[in-house]
Amino acid sequence: MSTPLPADSAMPDITMVEDLKGGGLWKGAFRRMRRNPTAIAGALIILVFVLIAIFAPLLTVYEPGSAAGAGQVTPTSVPGPSEDHWLGLDRFGSDMWTQMVFGARQSLVYGVVSTALGLTVGALLGTLAGGFGALGGRFSWIDTAIMRVVDIMLSIPSLLLAVSIAAVLGQNKYSVMIAIGVAQVPIFARLLRGSMLGQGRSDYVLAADALGIRKSRIVMGHILPNSIGPTIVQATLNLATATIEVAALSYLGLGEADPAVAEWGRMLVAAQDRFDAAPRLALLPGFAIAITALGFTLFGEALREALDPRTRK
Amino acid sequence: MTVRTTTRRHQGGPTEVLLSVRDLSVTFGLRGQRAVNAVDAVSFDIRPGQHVGLVGESGSGKSVTALAVMGLLPKRGVKISGEVSYGGRNLLTAGDSAMSSLRGRDIAMVFQDPMTSLNPVVPIGRQLTEVIVRHEKVGKAEARDRAEALLRKVGIPDPGRRLREYPHQLSGGMRQRVLIAIALACEPKLLIADEPTTALDVTIQAQVLEVLKDLVTDTDAALLMITHDLGVVAGLCDEVNVMYSGRIVEATSRGLLFGEPRHPYTGGLLESIPRLDSPRGTPLRPIPGSPTQTIPWSEGCAFAPRCRNKIDRCTEATPTLADLGDRQLRCFNPLAAADTSAEQVKA
Repeated sequence: MSTPLPADSAMPDITMVEDLKGGGLWKGAFRRMRRNPTAIAGALIILVFVLIAIFAPLLTVYEPGSAAGAGQVTPTSVPGPSEDHWLGLDRFGSDMWTQMVFGARQSLVYGVVSTALGLTVGALLGTLAGGFGALGGRFSWIDTAIMRVVDIMLSIPSLLLAVSIAAVLGQNKYSVMIAIGVAQVPIFARLLRGSMLGQGRSDYVLAADALGIRKSRIVMGHILPNSIGPTIVQATLNLATATIEVAALSYLGLGEADPAVAEWGRMLVAAQDRFDAAPRLALLPGFAIAITALGFTLFGEALREALDPRTRK
Repeated sequence: MTVRTTTRRHQGGPTEVLLSVRDLSVTFGLRGQRAVNAVDAVSFDIRPGQHVGLVGESGSGKSVTALAVMGLLPKRGVKISGEVSYGGRNLLTAGDSAMSSLRGRDIAMVFQDPMTSLNPVVPIGRQLTEVIVRHEKVGKAEARDRAEALLRKVGIPDPGRRLREYPHQLSGGMRQRVLIAIALACEPKLLIADEPTTALDVTIQAQVLEVLKDLVTDTDAALLMITHDLGVVAGLCDEVNVMYSGRIVEATSRGLLFGEPRHPYTGGLLESIPRLDSPRGTPLRPIPGSPTQTIPWSEGCAFAPRCRNKIDRCTEATPTLADLGDRQLRCFNPLAAADTSAEQVKA
């Protein structure tokens, strides 16, 4: 590689192993996040959440929605924590712990799938619009066309959009995922396009242009890597809102219909008429939703900080 | 070449011209706004290996001239006329892709601010190799070796490690060295440097200029140095074009410009530089007013409102760029010359 100068020989060359192409930015971000307590906290919450979701069947002896203890539930009381059911029963007589654990699985799958869908479509549209917009010239109409479509999507309230999609596709889990995903598309598209247009006016873009770097490379190799940060951060933050939106759609009765599938949002609905007698029925899933959302938010914020070159030390 | 730029402007160099700018005009103005003539009928030549200065205050149109030559001005709201010929081609009418493959390979540019001209999230090694790979048929490994050699050439210690670093890990002076290395990576025939040292500390300025000078000389590249700093011109340029309000007002060799300035603006610029050999206590003589105090060239001389040598004619007619043999000069009442008569211009 290089012949180190004498002055430098005292300094161990730790960056030596890093390769030249790509990766450096994310590797650096990862290194910085390992030293950030916020990131650790967020990552731990997410890790616990993911582990619970994956190993749900091993964490409980009951089936979700089994209503095994239905006989113990009366119109005025729901059995609280006991030896067999350490979080008690829900109003249908199912084990609360089982419902919570399997609910995590639902939230994770719904959140990740819908956000991934929204991110993929949104980032694609955003890159096209932002790329052609930033370059200007004869193809900037592509930017205009895409953004008008996105504006139209944005003008429809996301809940209404979700309801419509659920109505068209029928009440099943895919329609919930698609509904939440589609509702996120305009956010990602606008965010990415906006930061790409901003970056497109930077000096380094002009400098790259002055070196004859191809337009496609300027967009993909220079503008996009500088613009994608906020979008990735938004995606982690959207995992939080997606979790909440799944709950909201379930609350409205648009979510998973199968009573054998545990879902935090529907648990909230079921809990509301027993709130006086057994507030834990609402508090537990409420907490779970909030903590999960918090985990993603902490992680997202830390990621944003780690990716921002200005905060690097 | 037109008669206006005779070979007498240049002592004995080769007569072929690398870049010839003829009557270049750039007008900014979106619909509904007053059009601004940023560059007005500017003509100059650059011969292979020659170092030419383009001097003027902020807003005199020097950077716009450079961007027009590079084909980097936005298409919308900008009207460009005239001719910029390079290798027998008019760059102003060349297509986008033709210009793109010319930039970086034949003509490269160093910008003013090294803090923002490098991509913050891309390691500098990649920003260097990218240019080499773009313009030359070389593999990644070879491009990397060349990048390392280039960094060493511009005086960056331990280039192998620096290649993997990000711009924020480098000091301003080092970043400008990197930018110079990037610009000269493909050994362009012409380097345009747009105030390359303005954003740097004075102590670093001299070092960076030295690097720039060495590299340009080594690669036999011609240099168009855009600056407001006559000190930079004194150290680097063979020929100097002084611009005011979008037009060239005086063009001559370095020796004549410093020894015997004829345009009152050039004279004013020189007098406003503090000198070590002037007696202590001698006040600096700034040029009064600001570049915004100007009249349109169509109504007279744009410098007239600030000019010490102003005569009535200056606000009645527009001075033309006259060829005095040893220089070109746009003035009705120039500063006294040592031997040639000023009457020649007035006539």
